[in-house]
Amino acid sequence: MFVIKHKNIFIGIISLIMLVAIVLTFAWKPNLSIEFTGGSVVRGEFKDARPTTETINSYMASFITNNKIADFKIQPVGGKGIIVRTRDLTQEEHGSLIGLLSDGTNIFTESSFSTNGPSVGSELRSKAIISIALVLVLIIFFVAYAFRSASRVVSSWKFGLSVIFCLVHDIFVPTGIFVILSHYIIGYEIDTLFVTALLAILGYSVADTIVVFDRIRENLKFASSKEIFEDVVGKSLRETYVRSINTSLTTVLASLAIFFFGGEATKHFALMLAIGITVGTYSSILLASPLLVLISGKAQRKP
Amino acid sequence: MRNVRAFAVLILLVGVALGYFVYSTQTGTSGWAFKLGLDLRGGSQLVYKANVSKIPSSDVNDSTDALRDVIERRVNLFGVVEPNVQIETVNIGVAGSEKHLLVELPGVTNIDDAITLIGQTPVLEFKTERPIEERDKILKQIEELKKKQKAGKDISQELSKLQDPYYVDTQLTGRYLSKATVEFSSQTGQPYVSLVFNDEGAKLFTEITKANIGKTVAVYLDAQPISTPVVQAEITGGKAQITGGFTPQEAKLLAGRMNSGALPVPIELIATNKIGATLGEGALDKGVRAALYGYILVALFLIAWYRLPGLIAALALLVYGVIVLSIFKLFGVTLTAAGIAGFILSLGMAVDANVLIFERIKEEKKKGKTPVAVLDEGFSRAWTSIRDSNISSLITAGILFWFGTSLIQGFALVWAIGILVSMFSALVVTKQFMKSVYLK
Repeated sequence: MFVIKHKNIFIGIISLIMLVAIVLTFAWKPNLSIEFTGGSVVRGEFKDARPTTETINSYMASFITNNKIADFKIQPVGGKGIIVRTRDLTQEEHGSLIGLLSDGTNIFTESSFSTNGPSVGSELRSKAIISIALVLVLIIFFVAYAFRSASRVVSSWKFGLSVIFCLVHDIFVPTGIFVILSHYIIGYEIDTLFVTALLAILGYSVADTIVVFDRIRENLKFASSKEIFEDVVGKSLRETYVRSINTSLTTVLASLAIFFFGGEATKHFALMLAIGITVGTYSSILLASPLLVLISGKAQRKP
Repeated sequence: MRNVRAFAVLILLVGVALGYFVYSTQTGTSGWAFKLGLDLRGGSQLVYKANVSKIPSSDVNDSTDALRDVIERRVNLFGVVEPNVQIETVNIGVAGSEKHLLVELPGVTNIDDAITLIGQTPVLEFKTERPIEERDKILKQIEELKKKQKAGKDISQELSKLQDPYYVDTQLTGRYLSKATVEFSSQTGQPYVSLVFNDEGAKLFTEITKANIGKTVAVYLDAQPISTPVVQAEITGGKAQITGGFTPQEAKLLAGRMNSGALPVPIELIATNKIGATLGEGALDKGVRAALYGYILVALFLIAWYRLPGLIAALALLVYGVIVLSIFKLFGVTLTAAGIAGFILSLGMAVDANVLIFERIKEEKKKGKTPVAVLDEGFSRAWTSIRDSNISSLITAGILFWFGTSLIQGFALVWAIGILVSMFSALVVTKQFMKSVYLK
């Protein structure tokens, strides 16, 4: 199988992509939503044409200095709408903000408003990280357990290890892409839905890898003593990559439907899923199995 | 093969029946309509942190329950249909857990009023009967407002002007209370709360009882009547009793609250969310549209790639869809935007098992087996990978549920239901359909 023969090249290129994504994620700090940082988001529409950002800022000048608001961001949305992001506002501050946005004739109507205190954010942040770590750990145990019958040839922990390496890749590459988006476009923020998407990608990508590994497990059972491990993996991959791609494609189609036709709230979420599932698919074909061969230590020997 | 076909037809019929159930209960005012989250119907959500640090751990649940009751009473003042007040135990990583009080007010977009109302200290009031003509007039107003709210209009303005239909305020309130104690009736042994007014309060109480002999005087706590005794005679001396069929504990709690004027557990507002009704409606419409297009895309792909089996899988996917939607209705799963996204996503994932099986069948066919053997082999050999990959998804869904705010939990629940039903739909529905088409 082509992929297994050139396994070092594939592992090399994919690891490089992963490295770039990791560096990007940590170098360009992604924007976090108010769920993680605390703050307020006001969304609404003007009755007539939307004033320019400068005009709105001038309405707000005294409000910002009086209340010592350091970060105040205005994002235009749709024809007449804006989203205002700022630190968490008190009831009074919120009231005066809405009042100041209207200039008497061009009335501003608020359609949604959310506020999060700073304490919630730090809790949620640690919880998000714990959840991701927990998923990784549980999955490695599950894979090690499910593939214990294959351990006659290759330790089932090595199956688990390749899966985990893949999953780290599957987390960082979509995150890297998201960080690039959030660097250039306002409104792309890391929120709880983003974390949900990451976890869903993990679950899904493992499912994809398992399809290939399941076939390796089965082929090992029937393999003659002459076949070397590398060939068994190659054969399994050849037999399964079509279904691997097809299962992902249906899910990507569904997420694209959410992205293009669904509501505002789930747009970024759907995009993340579409990217993540695509990434998870190529990694389960081009990374997981080559890696398994590499770390099996049985590249050239008989099983 | 008669039986196989009969079973397939039965599945189809059940599918059609469920589809009709899902559709027909959505129009009109059926009790089985989808429960929509605030983000889809518009409204306000307030999240408070309950400070239970000073409460002994054995009493924490009792006191948070008491807190919920108090807040629920205050929220009912708003007259909202289906307000939701609940205590959530939120895990915060390794640091343990904390108690949050979640207040959801559908249709209320005047969030600042709601915050003020909930944050109030409890109010004790004494009220006298309202004349009958006035009462009927107000009751009629309330009926009209309820209709308006059902139609999805914002009624917070009118609600704030609404008056209590049954009783009128008097000047006597908790302000004139000097102390409240728990006592037990010497005859029945029932506990009651004994109130002692100060001089001014005693005077007011005398006047009220004198003017209302033979009528009821209502004792209101947090705008909720807790006792409506009939005045037998004028009462001087500034003492009153509230007998409300309390348990000793309730009486103690009540007296304690009247003395301290505070909530059973101090609360702190940590997050608020307001979604306008039009925004929510838009999200719902778009969600439904996305589900439809999502289905069409997946079905087209299946048919283009797998032809007849693909068509069968697309049909089975419809059955899957109505089963999941029926489960949402029957178990009262609250749908949020994230939940709808989860459902659409599950449409794409549900066919995965079908794809695995079809590919397996293709393989077995190449080995030159008979159609019957091919079908059975295909289904049974695809099973291990279907099982293992679904277990890993279920693990993830479980952790999401743990991690989640209510929004995320909605997604996790929908996802988990989707995984379980999809296994059924692939292994039973598709299999029966395939058999009845292929077997002679």
